[in-house]
Amino acid sequence: MNELANLVLRAMLVENLALSFLLGMCTYIAVSQRVSTAVGLGIAVTVVQTVTVPVNNIIYEGLLAAGALSWAGFGALDLSFLRFIIFIGVIAALIQILELVLEAYFPRLHATLGIYLPLLTVNCAILGGSLFMVQRSYDLAESVAYGFGSGSGWALAIFLFASIRERLRYADIPEGLRGHGIAFLVTGLLALSFVGLRGIEL
Amino acid sequence: MNARLASLHTYKRTVLDPIVDANPITVQVLGLCSALAITSTVLPAVIMSAAVIFVLVIANVTVSVLRHSIPHSIRLIIEVTLIASAVIIVDEFLKAFAPEVSSVLSVFVGLIITNCIVLARVESFAMHNGVWDSLLDGLGNGLGYSWVLISVASIRELLGAGSWLGYAVVPLATEGGWFEPNDLMLLTPSAFFVIGLIIWLARTVAVKRAHDSGRSSAPQRQSSKVA
Repeated sequence: MNELANLVLRAMLVENLALSFLLGMCTYIAVSQRVSTAVGLGIAVTVVQTVTVPVNNIIYEGLLAAGALSWAGFGALDLSFLRFIIFIGVIAALIQILELVLEAYFPRLHATLGIYLPLLTVNCAILGGSLFMVQRSYDLAESVAYGFGSGSGWALAIFLFASIRERLRYADIPEGLRGHGIAFLVTGLLALSFVGLRGIEL
Repeated sequence: MNARLASLHTYKRTVLDPIVDANPITVQVLGLCSALAITSTVLPAVIMSAAVIFVLVIANVTVSVLRHSIPHSIRLIIEVTLIASAVIIVDEFLKAFAPEVSSVLSVFVGLIITNCIVLARVESFAMHNGVWDSLLDGLGNGLGYSWVLISVASIRELLGAGSWLGYAVVPLATEGGWFEPNDLMLLTPSAFFVIGLIIWLARTVAVKRAHDSGRSSAPQRQSSKVA
């Protein structure tokens, strides 16, 4: 249990997807103008990540990994090169399903998150989470922990950034630096503070 | 003769525009996701640039060839599948012929699939243009992406390790020279700083150029984006 808690903490703070792997940057920069939208997007990422990483883990271990199909007589088969196509398909399908479920059972939540969900299909943080899961060979329980940790870490990063960015509106910034330039410098400072969290453990 | 010259001029614009005036990274701020994490040294950045150019060209050309037979309602999933196939080719190629580079790039080759530049070019250009134009457009955008990526990597490796592409450029203090490497440059935050400064430079130059030539359309378009 302690190990899983550590994994969550590490994925959230030390190996933050946005600030130490620079994943999901396009959405991060584009949807951080206001805190309220950033929080909505952050929750959506956390939910999607917590669902897709374990599902991709099951599919990878059950169908794609080397020797996974030995029960069907294809012991020598290694389909792991197909993971890019399969993962992106699974992510797209799961996001679609999630949208339908939310619309049917949680209409209020859907009204908040609905617009962000389709965006997440092409968010590198989501695909990156699944690819890291394969690279670090997590098992199912670890995938759930990693999915939740990395998703909420991304949410934390965009929330912090949007809060700073709201204040920046009143700052006197040189013309060429306005908009994206200053956004990157601020993100750099945020990332620098996250570097200081290295080595945190329970 | 004139028509020929005009079409040559368009070709040139198709390739050159995305390198400076419509650069995917500095102006449109697309496709940073899969890119900057591997810019701490120059070699992976060069390989990554080659991979992105290859994927962009292949995806643009295939989508352009198939553009009349792709049903509109499922075009996104077909585009993504075509892009993913090109990425698989690159990944398998690197694994077979350059295993060390492949392990340095790790998941970031796979993340070219979700690189916004590729999908943006396929969706907005290749779906509406011929094969030759799409090929040039892919090449131009790939080069525009590459120069930013390689500049960031060059600055970081030079200041962080005193070398370029692995060759020592300035004598390091640890080896009796005068240059004290800045380890911060090898950490992730410096990627943000360097790209922020490059965007600043690129935008300032773009605004100045537009002022000098008396045109006002380009900076206006940009400033509306910035706001």
